[in-house]
Amino acid sequence: MSPNAASEPVIAFEGVRISFDEGEALRGINLRVAPQETKILVGETGSGKTLLLKLAAGLLRPDAGRVVVLGQEISAMREKDLLDFRRQIGFVFQEGALFDSLSVEENVAYRLREEGADEAEIEERVREALRFVELEHAIDKLPGELSGGMRRRVSIARALISAPPIVLYDSPTAGLDPVTAQTIITLILRLRDTHGVTALLATHRLQDAFAMAHYRFDPESGRVAPVAPNGASAGPMTSFAVLCDGAVYFEGDHRAIAECQDSYVQKFLV
Amino acid sequence: MHEAAEVSPLSAIAEVVKRRIFAVQDYALLCFRAMANIATPPRYLAETLDQMDVIGVGSLPIVMLTGFFIGAVMVLQTASQFERFGQTALTGDVVAIALVRELGPSISALLVAGRNSSGIASELGSMVVTEQVDAMRAMGTDPIRKLVTPRVVATILMLPLLTAVADFVGLVGGFLVSNLELRLNPVQYWTRAIDALEFGDLIQGLTKPLIFGFILSTVGCYQGLKVRGGTQGVGRATTQAVVVASVLILVVNFFLTRFLLWIFR
Repeated sequence: MSPNAASEPVIAFEGVRISFDEGEALRGINLRVAPQETKILVGETGSGKTLLLKLAAGLLRPDAGRVVVLGQEISAMREKDLLDFRRQIGFVFQEGALFDSLSVEENVAYRLREEGADEAEIEERVREALRFVELEHAIDKLPGELSGGMRRRVSIARALISAPPIVLYDSPTAGLDPVTAQTIITLILRLRDTHGVTALLATHRLQDAFAMAHYRFDPESGRVAPVAPNGASAGPMTSFAVLCDGAVYFEGDHRAIAECQDSYVQKFLV
Repeated sequence: MHEAAEVSPLSAIAEVVKRRIFAVQDYALLCFRAMANIATPPRYLAETLDQMDVIGVGSLPIVMLTGFFIGAVMVLQTASQFERFGQTALTGDVVAIALVRELGPSISALLVAGRNSSGIASELGSMVVTEQVDAMRAMGTDPIRKLVTPRVVATILMLPLLTAVADFVGLVGGFLVSNLELRLNPVQYWTRAIDALEFGDLIQGLTKPLIFGFILSTVGCYQGLKVRGGTQGVGRATTQAVVVASVLILVVNFFLTRFLLWIFR
């Protein structure tokens, strides 16, 4: 059980089921994410990680069950109301999903321009967000001119531009080389530890997940440092949910998963 | 647990019919929402103007070129018949009526469908498979309002103008051939061409493009937004968009012509 599970969850899946032509994709999912917790979803391709993220953002509706985010049952909301509600959620898509006909500046500023923000304010906030992901120099580039890692970083800047209390990451390090993946994880740590966001992070790479549990970003030194020897508690709330065939197979913190002897869970630990 | 069950031909047919009905329902819903969005803010004027440029100005060269040669070839075809009765002076009448009532709207719509229904379907389809449409929704933007409505409005506004240009250029093409090949008097050609047209013909010629513009843009958007299966799906949607839009335009043209002829009889 996650450390703060008793408090009102920011995200809650209650008996969530969803089916497509190919069959049932999620089979009665029950998950809760506490305030400022990072819940890491691990599982094979097709196990339902991305579906859970899309359900949490209201991009999909469950066939059965409830999805409650920030105290509101989004699975019962109309699309029109969801459009407003989603402004409280940042979504980092697997390949970045940047608008390829818009520049980096236009991509990051997209949400602010839609909200009708003042141009001077937009410029200041876009530069701040791009500075956060260390890409201020790429402000005028088009997505096609960026590397895979840079695109993910722009996507993170775009997600955090409106300072949402929740950020959803869909395999943010998939397909990246280890050095670039580390840069992305460092950014996610910074976002968690400086902005205090609640997050759902889907990944196949458990080393990224353990980095989230064992390290924290120190705003004073501006560096990433271990939480405590052996990743002992008092660190940020990070918990794991292992998915298998659309169901939660294992749930627990970093120590529980490290000690788990189950062969399916072990597959991700090796 | 799924058990392998034998599917009867009747249930297979029922499944296909069900899918078709759902597709029509989805298409109707998309059309309704695209048009209803015009009434309420936010309105994406910059996107609409951009699409008017892409669809209208971008299609101008092919519409003019095609219109010119359609008018020219009509004179060649009809003149050979009229010469048998010594009535080549009627060439202007025929070119004007056929172009304004029928060929101008239909050919322009088919050309714009070939160019823009496919373009819209592939553009929106690519956005779907790269999750850009989901990203848009995740950032609180309604993709129908942002992507579909501007394209539909732009096409509805631009197709009548393109048709008018095609009609005029077709008449010029007809005039050049009738003058150079048949030695027809220019005053005679233009006078007869203009006199042959009645108010009902002009209304008919400009009503059709409004409907055709709506069809070709909504079909392109619908096919693009329902893309599944990566780049292969985009390719399929592009082809489907042109085929469905062209067939729908020709079928609707028949019923619309019947209706307009009844009105302006």
